[in-house]
Amino acid sequence: MDYAATGEQALARIAAATDLDSLEKLRVEFLGKQGSISGLLKTLGAMSPDERQTTGPKIHALRESVTEALTARKAGLEQAALDARLAAENIDLSLPAPEAPRGSIHPVSQVLDELAEIFADMGFAVATGPEIEDDWHNFTALNIPESHPARAMHDTFYFPDKDAEGRAMLLRTHTSPVQIRSMLRDGAPIRIIAPGRVYRSDSDATHTPMFHQVEGLVIDKGIHLGHLKWTLETFLKAFFERDDIVLRLRPSYFPFTEPSVEVDVGFAIQNGKRVLGGSGDAPGHGWMELLGSGMVNRKVIAAGGLDPDEWQGFAFGIGVDRIAMLKYGMDDLRAFFDGDVRWLQHYGFSPLDVPTLSAGVGAAA
Amino acid sequence: MKFSLSWLKDHLDTTASAEEIAATLNAIGLEVEGVENPAEKLAGFRIAKVLTAERHPNADKLQVLSVDTGDGQPLQVVCGAPNARAGLMGVLGLPGAVVPAGGFELKKSAIRGVESNGMMCSSRELDLGDDHAGIIELPADAPVGMAFADYQGADPVFDVAITPNRPDCMGVYGIARDLAAAGLGTLKPIAVQSVNGSFDCPTEIRTDDPEGCPAFYGRVIRGVSNGASPEWMQARLKSAGQRPISALVDITNYVMLSFGRPAHAYDLAQLTGAIFARRAQDGEHVLALNGKEYALDAGMTVIADEAGVHDIAGIMGGEHSGCSETTTDVLLEVAYFDPVRIGDTGRKLNLTSDARQRFERGVDPAFLDKGLDLLTQLILEICGGEVSRVVRAGTPPSGAKVVPYHPSLALQLGGVAIADEAQKATLAALGFGMDARWNVIVPSWRPDVDGAADIVEEVVRIHGIDNVESVPLPRTDGVARPTATPSQKLERRLRRAAAARGLNEAVTWSFLPEAEAEAFAEGNGGLWVLANPISEDMKAMRPSLLPGLLAASRRNLDRGASGLRLFELGRRYLRGDKGHSDERLTLGAVLAGEKTPRGWASGKAQVFDAYDAKAEALALLAEAGAPVDNLQVMAEAGAQFHPGQSATLRLGPKTVLARFGMLHPAILKAFDIDVPVAAVELFLDAIPAKRGAPTFARAAYATPPLQAVTRDFAFLVDAALPAGDLVRTVRGADKANVVAARLFDDFRGQGVPDGQKSLAIEVTLQPGEKSYDEAELKAIAEKITAAAAKLGAVLRG
Repeated sequence: MDYAATGEQALARIAAATDLDSLEKLRVEFLGKQGSISGLLKTLGAMSPDERQTTGPKIHALRESVTEALTARKAGLEQAALDARLAAENIDLSLPAPEAPRGSIHPVSQVLDELAEIFADMGFAVATGPEIEDDWHNFTALNIPESHPARAMHDTFYFPDKDAEGRAMLLRTHTSPVQIRSMLRDGAPIRIIAPGRVYRSDSDATHTPMFHQVEGLVIDKGIHLGHLKWTLETFLKAFFERDDIVLRLRPSYFPFTEPSVEVDVGFAIQNGKRVLGGSGDAPGHGWMELLGSGMVNRKVIAAGGLDPDEWQGFAFGIGVDRIAMLKYGMDDLRAFFDGDVRWLQHYGFSPLDVPTLSAGVGAAA
Repeated sequence: MKFSLSWLKDHLDTTASAEEIAATLNAIGLEVEGVENPAEKLAGFRIAKVLTAERHPNADKLQVLSVDTGDGQPLQVVCGAPNARAGLMGVLGLPGAVVPAGGFELKKSAIRGVESNGMMCSSRELDLGDDHAGIIELPADAPVGMAFADYQGADPVFDVAITPNRPDCMGVYGIARDLAAAGLGTLKPIAVQSVNGSFDCPTEIRTDDPEGCPAFYGRVIRGVSNGASPEWMQARLKSAGQRPISALVDITNYVMLSFGRPAHAYDLAQLTGAIFARRAQDGEHVLALNGKEYALDAGMTVIADEAGVHDIAGIMGGEHSGCSETTTDVLLEVAYFDPVRIGDTGRKLNLTSDARQRFERGVDPAFLDKGLDLLTQLILEICGGEVSRVVRAGTPPSGAKVVPYHPSLALQLGGVAIADEAQKATLAALGFGMDARWNVIVPSWRPDVDGAADIVEEVVRIHGIDNVESVPLPRTDGVARPTATPSQKLERRLRRAAAARGLNEAVTWSFLPEAEAEAFAEGNGGLWVLANPISEDMKAMRPSLLPGLLAASRRNLDRGASGLRLFELGRRYLRGDKGHSDERLTLGAVLAGEKTPRGWASGKAQVFDAYDAKAEALALLAEAGAPVDNLQVMAEAGAQFHPGQSATLRLGPKTVLARFGMLHPAILKAFDIDVPVAAVELFLDAIPAKRGAPTFARAAYATPPLQAVTRDFAFLVDAALPAGDLVRTVRGADKANVVAARLFDDFRGQGVPDGQKSLAIEVTLQPGEKSYDEAELKAIAEKITAAAAKLGAVLRG
């Protein structure tokens, strides 16, 4: 028998197989139990040793070459089938992916978190108080008696209600009543900031009837104006992340402080916006009013239940919305309270922008 | 408070420039709001002589002038003024100059085809007067080419904000005194002669209200002529922003603005009998000089005669007895009024005036005679006449105060060491007296100074408060300690959790239109409603965060938004005890309109439903540390919600931690919103605080050695049975083995009897040491089926 010819014939048929099914049929035809090559192998048993010696290797070689050819052809056909499938599974990845909504943190909240972080490092806790206040806490205890012209400086929203002690109820005009509440509740020494909503009957391009203020209060022994200046400088440098913040202190008047100090900060105009830094007297610079402050008036310390001969300290108040605008570049206060999603998405912050001292409290644009 | 440099120099001998003066005013606490320098406004305008004037070739009313500007080469200028003629000396605005009246910049241009190199100006164009009939005509000897500002002698005007504690600086003289103390010159003495008077005052003057008017000084001047005040006085008054009226009125205003001393001049002919201070009677009326009628009450002090009220004391005179052109005899009133009374009266009448501002802050009680002398002297000079003797009814308060002080306080409180001698010199320059032991005598014009801290302020502000050196606050050792309270930590965490879930944080007004607040007020004892809201839209304090968010949603929808996720974390304002407020930290969220827009993969847009609100509520409560697995879903979310698509989440039957669901169509209609809105409100104050000190180590945990197995159960139940009840029952049926139960199908229809539904639950079983065998699994299944049966649930075959 011409094993070589049988082999060539088999290999040719294997090579001609075009799919896995026909290849499998060939495998059965050649190598299955009843297969032609399997049949040849079975003839070996009936052969003489000599004959087996010469014929055996030929049959084995035949079987091996066919097996190999089948395997190779199978792999080739499988690869082709996979290629065809993948080609059919092509998709357009320029189509949009599923959208996940993107949330945002309001700039006021972000800035309040920044303030809490900075002041915590200086040992200040955050204190709060009611926004619906009585006139004793909002005015009288802060050395603004009924007849004081300074009451007229605060355009106060009143309620028709009186509390159980007959005090007129109103919307707090500043965060300063928290000074009184903290002193009465916690005694001294005190280091707090008190952020929150405040209200004045005022509405124009730069004023809204509701806005945010943060109060600072330090009551201790031996506290003086120099400590106030350091605290404000340190805070502003940390908040604006600039070492060139320059403050200008001017004497002023607030009933609850004595001496009272208005604090200006130097700025320059860059790309049409005010950028803090540098002395206001430097070329191309100016001063802008930033906050009011002073040494807490003795009468206020006494109203807080503390002995003004023993304790003294300073207080300051600053507009939160305003420093948010200065830092992050918004120019319309009214937009803060509109809830316009486009504005919130643009000026709001990622929830992951948690202010930390090690990374800098600010969230870069 | 506005005044010109020349006015200041009446009282201050100084060579300082306007810039130096402004800088010093700022440094010593007299805040300069502006310095208006007329020279700046007039930059680019110069004196020019018209050489020739020819008819304009193309316009009847225009002329073509040749003008000498002093530069040698005459300029051609087109001019429409009828008085323009050769030889006229006028004011030319050159190209580049900005016309003060119109604010426009002059440019070289062609007017009807003829080139014009500037504009000859009228008084009105330069903001110098109302004359616009023709161009300005200057004297023939005016120097050609000179800057017009220099020719005019432009006088800078300071606008200074005076804080309410400084009534002494509501006069130019007081400002001069502060500047002198700061080393900017020498304070000039007040030049005034006392005039004794040649006859007794013919009008009786008295004070019948010594509380409201402790002192009323007065005198009569006969035979005055009340024409226009002199030009210098008019210029001063104009620089202060006042309109000159007549000599007598201008003189009282001038003395007020110069010395902070208000006074009033009555036309004696309009008075009947005695003139006196008294309390007004309830229901009395007076027509004031501003032309308005005021209703008075018995709490107000007035100046009256026997016929009626002539003056709201210390605030505004009456129309009836005011001085006019025909006034010949005048009665001068220089009084001291109680500051508190003046303030009360002014507030009640809602009437403010220059006099009120000074009296309510406290005028110098020792300046009545000097004020009267100043007025007398000016009236005699300007209006002529004959002076009576002075009548002094009552006595002004002495105002004398002594404050114990020690110079070391400058350092202790002010943080700046100032030599004793320097402190003494400053105080003396400000008019303070002092004994050897530093008992400081406060001048009568400083009602604001009554303690050592005030003296520190005086010394430090004149020394220069900006010279105070920074001193670090003492710092505790080591890393800063945490300061946030649990509530603050909760607030911060929740805010960021909500934003991380895709919600946008809004900050909305605390006040609402009353109707919107009313719609959300429920069982809290009434709204807080403002007595004096700024508008009806901002009247009632919000009892819920939802209305503000709904209003914001409407605005966004009106701007074209199709889907919104908004939240706010803030207070809602309820009634507390003792008449106080009860302000509760609350998180509100609204999910409005489209949850997902139409998409190539997802098909049509999906709108939010109540389950979206539930998901937010549960996720945020979990972040807040609430025991969400133990919460019950119960009804009664409130009338603002869809009754069938809303619920509360409660811890126990009473404590409501949150409400959520679809809002009621009536609410949406009221807010003019036409898309479905799901809402959540989380009551953060109701979330129980973690007990005990915080620990950092978590509870011990070992991963189970064997894999969990799942089994599905389908039950037929009454259609009204809340699925959550069944799930909770199944989960609790065998606590040793069942670790989770998850509902995955709620089916009604074919194969399910009417009035029933089929609920399918996937139960997760966690084997312990060894795998379950068939018998064990069967026993667990029986427990589950038995527990479910108590709810009427039947295992589906």
